[in-house]
Amino acid sequence: MSAFEHRQSAHCESGVMASLLSQAGLPMSEPMAFGLASGLAFAYLPIVKLGGMPLIAYRMPPRHLIKTLSKRLGVRLTSRTFSNPEQGRQALDEALDSGRLVGLQSSVFWLPYFPPEMRFHFNAHNLLAYGREGDDYLLSDPVFEAPVRCTTADLQKARFAKGALAAKGLMYYLDDVSPEQDWAQLIRQSVLSTTRILDGLPLPWIGIRGIRHLASCVERLDPAQAKYNRLYLTHIVRMQEEIGTGGAGFRFMYASFLQEAGEKIGDATLREASTRMTAVGDDWRQFASACVRASRSKGGAPDFRPIAEMLRGIAGQERVLMKELGAWAKHKGRRSAV
Amino acid sequence: MKLDEVPQDPDSAYGGHSKLLYAVDDQGRYQGAPSAGWEPESYSTQLAVAELQAQEAEAHAAWQRGEASPLECLMYRYRMDLPALAQIAGLWQWRVRRHFRPEIYRRLSDSLLARYAEAFGLTVDELRRYQKELP
Repeated sequence: MSAFEHRQSAHCESGVMASLLSQAGLPMSEPMAFGLASGLAFAYLPIVKLGGMPLIAYRMPPRHLIKTLSKRLGVRLTSRTFSNPEQGRQALDEALDSGRLVGLQSSVFWLPYFPPEMRFHFNAHNLLAYGREGDDYLLSDPVFEAPVRCTTADLQKARFAKGALAAKGLMYYLDDVSPEQDWAQLIRQSVLSTTRILDGLPLPWIGIRGIRHLASCVERLDPAQAKYNRLYLTHIVRMQEEIGTGGAGFRFMYASFLQEAGEKIGDATLREASTRMTAVGDDWRQFASACVRASRSKGGAPDFRPIAEMLRGIAGQERVLMKELGAWAKHKGRRSAV
Repeated sequence: MKLDEVPQDPDSAYGGHSKLLYAVDDQGRYQGAPSAGWEPESYSTQLAVAELQAQEAEAHAAWQRGEASPLECLMYRYRMDLPALAQIAGLWQWRVRRHFRPEIYRRLSDSLLARYAEAFGLTVDELRRYQKELP
């Protein structure tokens, strides 16, 4: 195995997968890993509460990227969880001592190298372990600029933290990574899958219908509940920007994927779609700014209708884009089948 | 977002770190770009942290007045809410809420205290010390 090189990423799971694949001989950028795993999504889940607020996700649920990408690339994924933390520690040590690069799922709150402002109870963070030195683990946390270190006790606490999405010490690594891939087919398949997630499910909370649903929730906010409204609107912004998304709730990362994919297979449609996805991302950022402006404004009854209209505009643009990408993927599929 | 639009606002909630965004250069080509922070985002984070701190202060005052056990205050201090603490400690929410009452909390068994201690990353002795801090 060649020397490990840390790469900073926007998002933990796509960053870990891109690093694992690149290290195993299949060079992969983070946006490519994200796009090929069809990571882009939107979901508004009022039943799942985070600090009393609904869960708003801009991507597929945790572990989706790892599983989907491994399957599509025909890679052998070995993943293990442990009911006994001590066994989890031994298994990690053995894997590291045999020279493996190991992906780990852990809690954010118990990792001491996170600054206090960024610590919250989120158990589905992903990072890489690439070695040991004394009582320290050498870690490559994809959202940080440089590699970090963590003591055994701290890492154990973070890997075996309880609560929602508990990691149970999940560790994973890849084998049988082939550098030979049918890129045209992979890209077609993953784009088609994304169009179906965003614009093809008959559920009111998922995809573009979810964005419209969020728009009507924003519209229906009671102007008298100033404090709740402030927390609600900034909660949306946090879900979209704070949790490593590469900006605009993964829209910029997906646009970057479309561009790279378009160049890889020499397809102008994808490159054009990338430019438009960037424009959608810019609108998401404008929407975030508007949410914060509305939470800041003091006095007078705030009008939430313009913010809801911005969301409907975004939903409309994403729907048109998904329809075109869907038609492109199906057309491609027919041609290659002949 | 263009490269020169990647926000570099100081006083962010990143604690001196920068995070990666994706942006386009003049030719429209994507690349990763570090961002030191974005003002609307930091405002949102700080508002959420301030809310937790206010809840903690309120629970702290109730504890000092002898109206609540230290559990509620510690819960907010460790950035949890009732559903989160109940799930992490493996208890029903109504039981946790009951343990917010000082007279009940004082009689808790070591095994129950151990669950809370683990949730907060403390030892049982440290957790007991909080109870003794009462006036």
